[in-house]
Formats: sequence, C-alpha cells, structure tokens
Amino acid sequence: MENAIAGADLIKMGALIGAGLACTGMGGAAIGVGHVVGNFLSGALRNPAAAGGQTATMFIGIAFAEALGIFSFLVALLLMYAQ
Amino acid sequence: MIAKREGKQLAQDVVAESPFNIHPMDQFVVKPLFGDANVNINEVMGTLQWYTPTNVTLWLGIVVVCIALLFVLGTRGRAIVPTRSQSVAELIYGFIRSMIVDIAGEDGLSYFPYIMTLFLFILFANVLGLLPYSFTVTSQIAVTGVLAMAVFLTVTLVGFIKNGGKFLKIFWISEAPLALRPILALIEIISYFVRPISHSIRLAGNMMAGHAVIKVFAGFAGALGLGAVAPIVAIMAVYGLELLVVVIQAYVFTILTCVYLKDALHPGH
Repeated sequence: MENAIAGADLIKMGALIGAGLACTGMGGAAIGVGHVVGNFLSGALRNPAAAGGQTATMFIGIAFAEALGIFSFLVALLLMYAQ
Repeated sequence: MIAKREGKQLAQDVVAESPFNIHPMDQFVVKPLFGDANVNINEVMGTLQWYTPTNVTLWLGIVVVCIALLFVLGTRGRAIVPTRSQSVAELIYGFIRSMIVDIAGEDGLSYFPYIMTLFLFILFANVLGLLPYSFTVTSQIAVTGVLAMAVFLTVTLVGFIKNGGKFLKIFWISEAPLALRPILALIEIISYFVRPISHSIRLAGNMMAGHAVIKVFAGFAGALGLGAVAPIVAIMAVYGLELLVVVIQAYVFTILTCVYLKDALHPGH
C-alpha cells in the first residue's frame, strides 16, 4: 500500500493542489470587476444623465478585468485535465 | 506493483461508491453521434476524425437552424405592425446597429453583417446550451478560438488595407512622453497579440464555469434525493444568473469586436 502513493499519484496530487492555488487568481478578477462596477455606480449616481452612454464602456472594462481571472481558471483546468 | 494496482482499484471503488459522484466536466466531452456512446474518453479521442459527426456538429446545426427560423420565418410577413417574432428580430437588428455606430462610427456599418452574425451565433449557442441535456458549442475553446482568430485576422487586415503603414501608429502612442513610448509600444504589442487568446478564453471559460457550477449543484441534489430543497433552490438561483451571463458574454464578445474594429478604422484615437 505504501507504493500506491508514489510517482504518478504524487504528480496528480501536486497538480490538483496547484489547480486549487491557481483558482485564487480568480479572486483578483472578482475584486477588479467589483471595483469597475462600484465606481461606475458611484459616478452614475452623481450624474445619472451621463450614465446611459457609459454602460458599454463599463462592460468593456468588466470584460478586460474578467479575462485575467479566466486565465487563472484556464490554468487550473489545464492542471486538472491536460496531463 | 501489485500493491499499487490494489491501491488504485481501491481508490476507484471509493469514488464509484461515494454518493457525491459528480462529474461536472463530463458534459463538455465531444462524442461521436453514431456508434457506441459508452466508450471511455481515451478511445473516443482515437476514433474522432475531422469529418466525424459529433454532438458539437449537431448543436452547431441546431443553432444555425434556430437563427434562420427566427429571422427568415419571423420577418417574412414584413408587417408594419410587427408580430412578436418580427419585433424580436427588429430589436436585435437595431441593437447591433446602434452598438456599431456608437463605438466604431458610421463607416463601421459596412461590417454590420459580420458582427450581426457573430452576435447571433454566440447568443443562440449560449442560450441553447442552457437547455437540459443540450451541448454548449461555445464552451469548446476550438469553436471560440476560431471565432476570435477570425476577428483578429479580419481586424488586422482591415487596418492595414484602410490605413496602410499608418495602422502601426496604434502601437506608437504620440501623446505619451518620448522616453515612455518604446515601453508603451512593447506593452501595446503584447496586448494586441493577446487579444485573440483572451477573446476566446473569456467566452469559453465563462460558459464552461457556469455550466459546471449548475452541474455540481445538480450532483448535490442527486445525492440528497427527495429532500434536496437547498440544492434545487441554488440551481434555480445559479440558472437565473447564468441566463444573464450568457447574454452578457455574447454582448461582450460583440462589443469587443466593435472596439477592435474601431482601432482598425481610426487608428489615431
């Protein structure tokens, strides 16, 4: 039974731990998206007339912030499945 | 060696007997439509050829048929007071048109058919993927990668054809101080070539993550049986969120295409 936790299993374990660690990067994306929307909202409440025209800009900002979090999700997926 | 095999067998037995036997990623496996559906994944990979009809091709076809039904049959009447399907089609048309005019300007309208096609394809693929037992075409990086590479190549070609060598100005920001410009140029070049990657992974990653979350909660519900009130409520909540996310992701993909197109048409600003 001792040999059972050797070699390939150890690599698998390391990959799964790494996948979990990589997912912490998505927390950064969450902070980024929250920051974008929060600032948009505080600006929009000060000047509601100008808010409508800037919604598209907000979505572009969200998309750019989110992409980097998705990269870490991708790294996690690669660690889990692409071996 | 024997001990190792026993250990592995034991681990497999434990996994198979566990009530939380959830495989959230199984829904994204590309399978051939015809032939034995229960073969394991490694054998499937060996039998797939470029011409094999798979569940991806099936759902690509369904997406195209649904779009054609909405737009060809829906607008066939050309009524002055639109029917329900005609007004949906007109709403989508007007929405995309105003998006292009707002972001890329009036001369972006010559690319309207391409952007409309992109939006409709992604929107329908995403929404149809939310049906139970369906397959989300846009969760495959192969599919979104082709879409993103097509956008990238189109935008780059349009930029060079419309502006010639001046297109390279988008890397050389003349408003910045001279000392900073080479560093900015390097950053701009990297971010330009990362575009197709982030463009495709954003869509595929969002679709994959959202559907996997629903499947994980569905696995909890399956493990708990009839008393699974909390997981079912959670599935409903996540499903509502997903419905929002799939539409927003189609919107984001299209709007970023418009932004890239703006760079190509007006590289100065």
